[in-house]
Parts: sequence; C-alpha cells; structure tokens
Amino acid sequence: MTQFNHVQTAHCESGVISNIFRHYGLQISEPMAFGIGAGIFFGHLPFVKVNGVPGTTYRIWPGAIFSRVCKRLGVKMESRKFSSPAKARQALEEVIAKGIPVGMQSSVYYLPYFPASYRFHFNAHNLVVFGKENGHYLVSDPIMDTVTQIDPESLEQARFAKGFPEPKGKMYYPVSVPGQVDFTGPIREGIKQACHYMLKIPVPFFGVKGIRFLARRVKDYPTKEGDRRAALYLGNIIRMQEEIGTGGAGFRFMYAAFLREAGALLGSQELKDLGTELTAVGDLWRNFAFAAGRVCKARSADNVSYAELANMLLHIADEEEKVFRRLSKVKF
Amino acid sequence: MKKDEVPQDGDNLHHGTFKQLFYAVDASGDYTPVSSVGWEPENVALGQAWEEVEHRVEATRGKVASGELSPVAFYMERTLLDLPLLARKVGKFQWQVKRHMKPAVFKNLSADMLAKYAAVFGIAAETLQKGELLPFQRPE
Repeated sequence: MTQFNHVQTAHCESGVISNIFRHYGLQISEPMAFGIGAGIFFGHLPFVKVNGVPGTTYRIWPGAIFSRVCKRLGVKMESRKFSSPAKARQALEEVIAKGIPVGMQSSVYYLPYFPASYRFHFNAHNLVVFGKENGHYLVSDPIMDTVTQIDPESLEQARFAKGFPEPKGKMYYPVSVPGQVDFTGPIREGIKQACHYMLKIPVPFFGVKGIRFLARRVKDYPTKEGDRRAALYLGNIIRMQEEIGTGGAGFRFMYAAFLREAGALLGSQELKDLGTELTAVGDLWRNFAFAAGRVCKARSADNVSYAELANMLLHIADEEEKVFRRLSKVKF
Repeated sequence: MKKDEVPQDGDNLHHGTFKQLFYAVDASGDYTPVSSVGWEPENVALGQAWEEVEHRVEATRGKVASGELSPVAFYMERTLLDLPLLARKVGKFQWQVKRHMKPAVFKNLSADMLAKYAAVFGIAAETLQKGELLPFQRPE
C-alpha cells in the first residue's frame, strides 16, 4: 500500500499542492504554495447568485493556484476529465495501483466523512486518493485532521456532481517533480501577480476596489433588501470569509504567513514587516466578522449597524491597499 | 491573530468531532498552524444558513399541501438545490423544471423523468410519485 504523509491544512487547494509535492520530495509549506500561486484576492459579484444570495470570494478562482504553482516551480502534471463515471473509475484504479496519489475535484455535498453542517453544493473541493482497502478508497482530505475512507459510489457522485464548476471526474497527478527548486523567482512572480490582481483590475468588483464596492452595497442592504434578506446576505459574507476551504481573514493570515516565510528565506526584512502589517489587516477582517455576526443574530436590520459595518469595510480596503502598494514596490 | 487568540467556541455544529486549522502568530511574529473547534461568528452564520433552508423547506411543504406546487419544488429545497442547479442535474431547461413544479403537469410526468428527479433527490421514485413529503433533517 502507498504510504502517504497526510498533513491537515487550512485550505483544500494549497493543501493538496503541499501534500502531493511533499510526497515527491519537494518540500513546500501551504502558505508558500498559496503565495507562489498568488491565491489572495477579493471579489464581490452581486449578479452571481447561489440560492439567491450574492457571491463574495476572498481568494482566486478554483484551480488557479494549482496551475500557477506548477508552472512556476516546473512541475509537470497530468490532468484528465472524463465523459463517463466508469472510465473515470477505471483510470483512477490504474493510477493508484501504480502507487501514485491522485488529486481530484469533488462536491462536498456527496462526501459522507465531511462535517455535516458544511455539506452544501460546493463543487470545487480538492482531495487526494492514495489507495484502496477492502473496497474503500483511502482519502487524504486536506481539511480533515486524519486520513479517512470513502465508498466508491459516494466518490463517484462527488466526482460527477453537476453544477458549477463541474468536476467531470477531474483527476490530476504529477509526472515530473524537480527535487530542488529555487523559490526566489517563483516568489517574485507570485507577489507581482497578487499585487496586480488586488490593485489593478479595471472593474469595480475585484481587489481592494471590490471591498469598497461591497461596503457600498452593505450600507444599502436594510433599505433595499429588508430585514431577512439583509441578514442572510451578511451571513453569507461571513461564511465565505470563514468557512473551511475558504477563510477570508484566514486567507489574509495565510498570505501574511507566506510573506514572513518568504522574507526569512530571502533575507528581506521588508517582506517580513509587510507580513506583520497584513496580519493586522486580517485582524480587522475578524473584527468585521464579529460585528457582522452580532448584526445577523439581532435579526432586525437597523441602518446604523449596517452603516458601521460598511465603514469597517472601507477601513479594511484602505489598509489592504496600503499593504499591497508597498508590496508592489519591494525589491528583493 | 495571536496563538492564544485562536477562537475555541465549541458550541458549534460538529460536537467536537471536527477541528479546523488556523494560521496564528507566535511571540516572534512568525506563523504556526493552530487547530480550532470553532468560532462564534461562523457558527452564527452557518446556523443562519441552515435556518434559511428549514424555512424554505417548510414554506414549500405548505404550498405543496395546498396544491400550489408539486413535490418537485419541495424536494428541490430539501436537497439544498435551486432552479438552475436542479435543471442542470436532471438535464432539462429551467422553464421545463418550472413546469414540472405545477401539480397538473407533475401528475403526467413519465416514469423516466420521475426516476431522474428521484435520483437527484436521493429518494425512491415511488415516494416522489405518490407525493409523499419526507421530513427534512438539519445536520446535527
């Protein structure tokens, strides 16, 4: 049976990268993978609704971190999608029989081992299957603290869940992993890209502009949406911020951890200082979630509290902008 | 967030069976992973999301009972789906699924179509056809 060294992580995509690469002797921490993949982001899209609630994201879209990290570190991946579950199952069996751990995209709704209260229809969860025992697949799911198992039927449903994004049985595994990599170039590229995405996208929905955009929307929630919807929208902003596999303040802290690690690795005090500053921004996000949670709980929407929340967001946007402006000018 | 500030609000929805990971700073300002049993605002938001599901399931149950909607509408809510997602899952257009939510149209649905819906809803086709409305169990 394949030995797979499972380490629990905070986020599924950067976690799978870290766990799979380590299997091939390439040591990369989760924050480092997140930073090189320029995972940090913000977006608020009021017209993209799930169950009638506008979408907010604190990270780049699914799959982007993975492809960027592979490109920057020179890892070659084999990635396949399938037209039928039978073909997908056969391909999976063949690969794990060779002792190769396989990453795959899945819907958390169909994962029996997943904490029940998180099982909504979210189709972009990543996990690793590394073997089979007594008819069950052995699973290293990065958000679980230990390895677990799944029956073939459930895995098939999770891999072929319809919806957006559609996994279509997507599975991936490295075919060549360099043993030694100089992180300097990849770190530089990752930082440059993150700054671009946070500061320069010329539409109002993304980056620090997106945070200000959300602030304006939040301010109007009570008058435009009424008590119940206002609280529901707010709840979703918190959930997207903190729910496992996402984590908004969580992502700020993870990126801060990346900046600290990169600073130590490259001997740049400035990067380390920026890490500390971003930690402070993460704390502001947490305060925001805390205040928003109280407003949610109170249920009655009053304009004052929503205006206060909007102001907190504006302050966060200012502070986050300062960090990324400075980061975009760091020389190392 | 400092290591000792990592929230441990255990009144959450997993009964201590699940811990998630946070990155928090130690005394020197460097990050270490710390596990947490939960955090109050997240618990509030998650609880609220499930309450909303319950609310919609029960509201739709009423509408099915009064003959306004077909069981397809009820089971859509019970399976946490919305119209675009359900349409995608059964391979129909949204307007078709909407039509199937009319009791008069639902009555004449083919066995094939009923079986497709039942599979998506994770119930027996017979249950759906008879219009039995199974209880909704919020995860505990």
